[in-house]
Amino acid sequence: MKKLLAILTALTMVFALCSFAVAEDLIKVGYAQVGHESDWRNANTQNYKDVFSTENGYDLSFVDCDNDNAVQIEAVRNFIQQGLDYIIIAPIETAGWNTVLKEAKDAGIPVIIADRAVDADPSEYTAREGTDMVKEGETAANWLAENFAGKDANILVIEGSVGSSAALGRSEGFANIMKDHPEWKIVDSQSGDFTQAGGQQVMESYLKSYPGKFNVVVCQNDNEAYGAMDAMDAAGVTYGVGKDVTLISFDATHAGLQDTLDGKINCDVECNPIQAGVVKDIITKLAAGETVEKFTLIVDKAFVAPTITSQYATTMTQEVLEGRAY
Amino acid sequence: MKQKIRKITKMRLFLPIFSMLLVMAINMIYDVANGNVFYNFFTISMKNGLLYGRLIDILNRGSEAAILAIGMTLVVSSSAGVDISVGSVMSLAGGMCCMLLAGFGNANVSQYAVPLWVGLIAGLLIACLCGAFNGFLVSYLNIQPMVATLILFSAGRAIGLLLCNSAIVYVRVSSFQFLGGYCGFIPTPILVAAVCIIVMSLVLKHTALGMYVQSVGINAKAARISGYQSKRIIFTTFVICGLLAGIAGLVATSRIYSADTNNIGLNFELDAILAVALGGNSLGGGKFRLSGSIIGAYTIQAITTTLYALGISSAQAPVFKAVIVIMIVTIQSPAMKNYLAKREAAKLLAAHKEVVGI
Repeated sequence: MKKLLAILTALTMVFALCSFAVAEDLIKVGYAQVGHESDWRNANTQNYKDVFSTENGYDLSFVDCDNDNAVQIEAVRNFIQQGLDYIIIAPIETAGWNTVLKEAKDAGIPVIIADRAVDADPSEYTAREGTDMVKEGETAANWLAENFAGKDANILVIEGSVGSSAALGRSEGFANIMKDHPEWKIVDSQSGDFTQAGGQQVMESYLKSYPGKFNVVVCQNDNEAYGAMDAMDAAGVTYGVGKDVTLISFDATHAGLQDTLDGKINCDVECNPIQAGVVKDIITKLAAGETVEKFTLIVDKAFVAPTITSQYATTMTQEVLEGRAY
Repeated sequence: MKQKIRKITKMRLFLPIFSMLLVMAINMIYDVANGNVFYNFFTISMKNGLLYGRLIDILNRGSEAAILAIGMTLVVSSSAGVDISVGSVMSLAGGMCCMLLAGFGNANVSQYAVPLWVGLIAGLLIACLCGAFNGFLVSYLNIQPMVATLILFSAGRAIGLLLCNSAIVYVRVSSFQFLGGYCGFIPTPILVAAVCIIVMSLVLKHTALGMYVQSVGINAKAARISGYQSKRIIFTTFVICGLLAGIAGLVATSRIYSADTNNIGLNFELDAILAVALGGNSLGGGKFRLSGSIIGAYTIQAITTTLYALGISSAQAPVFKAVIVIMIVTIQSPAMKNYLAKREAAKLLAAHKEVVGI
């Protein structure tokens, strides 16, 4: 028994030494990810794993927090205890970060807030990067204004999950532009929970409540748009370029852009999950002792169906689709 | 006339049906208030060669809950507990099926990797396996049903995610959409639910299963002493419940021709349990009425469809749902029944006194 214990201890020490040797010249980065709730999130995770690889000189500690706020805070505490060089947080909730951020600051570890925002004074963290959901909503509305050019728009909205930053931001941005368009009217707005089944159910109901009384459908993500298309197909309502209903969607996933290329979705506004490069730049600057911007905006593009040209969006082609990693 | 009414109200399914009509009445009031004809909600028409209308939506969208409610009724009756894993099992069955049809690691295919029937059977098999696992824990290891099924409640969805490589797996083949699409002009889910209901009713009617299940539920020990194999019966009900969850999962998957493992069957276990309760069945086990549970399931869907029709903002929808459920449960509660019975007795007594002239 004693012998076994001795061997085990020796082995552990060897392993510890090995890991030390490997980790010494690598930059140790911790990423507390939200979870794996959508294709978007998975693309984001994959992007981080690709960018912060060992070949690129990083040792990435990745934690999938499965949408649990407590797990995420615990993960960040662990990062602090392990004495990592940099901590990246994609916060699940906006509130409740002050204590942990202070702990990291006291330990002298730079914290980068990724993707979403936190309810904390900017002085409490090092830098933040993310997309601007409000701007995405504005882009969609700007495109609609350009495309409709003063025509009446009776709009049905299929919102995202109630209270999510994406749903709130996209609604707010759309409303900002809508103020200048008295000829637009939001007929109804209900939540489809960012899912295809949700989009189907809401659209089925809309078709019965407002038959022939709408000409624009805005879905706050691609999955809802697929559902809305299913429901309109079944009811014999046509949508897309040159059809009865103009369809606007968000996210611009690969499948969503395929539908845009096919002319089924008129305009798909991107929400870019490829963010790790920006974070890497921030870390490189910090390592070199340079100052970094408090907030770096990830620019979102928009894509429109092949026959449309727009100053706000790129016209879809097969090459554009094939050139997309996500 | 009075006696006729009394006769109707004494019918066993009066309350569940009454609750359902109550929900639909809300729509009638809303339609009239909006200047529509009062039967607007109930109109069924043909559009684009398919059945079309709110009632069809209720029947169509309520299919999964109705199928789950059948299995849940049996489990509740035999084990006096609930199977909270059905939603996760739905998701797992869908994930298994799509993973096989698409081939592991592919997230978007337009042709099958294996024949369709292999995928469907595999989905049902894994669901049965889940049911058997739950049944084994409950009947042979005597673990509380809620605790035993808690394991798959959390693990089932996760296994599904593993199978699908954490992605939404799309199978864009038209034959795969049949189960959740249309059979002729009727939505297929309605037919699937109808077949499940008819088969189960026939089994309960023509075999002794129903009696076995109820006897075990009323008193497992007494049933065992009387020669029933209580454990095996409880085990069987869980396997049936798993199988039905699998069928529901395949329907839900086919609707969106993809395995959205994170969202398929989410919170469906709660709807299934609520359906059993709304159907006037005791969650304490024993006697059950399958028809009650099924009406309960469609009542829940009627509430959801109603909320969509009323355009109630989804942030407030759960509150309205809760209010309606509270109303229905209160009407059906034993206390309310006692109160009504007492009032009736008092009336009778008064009438009697009047007649004899006291």
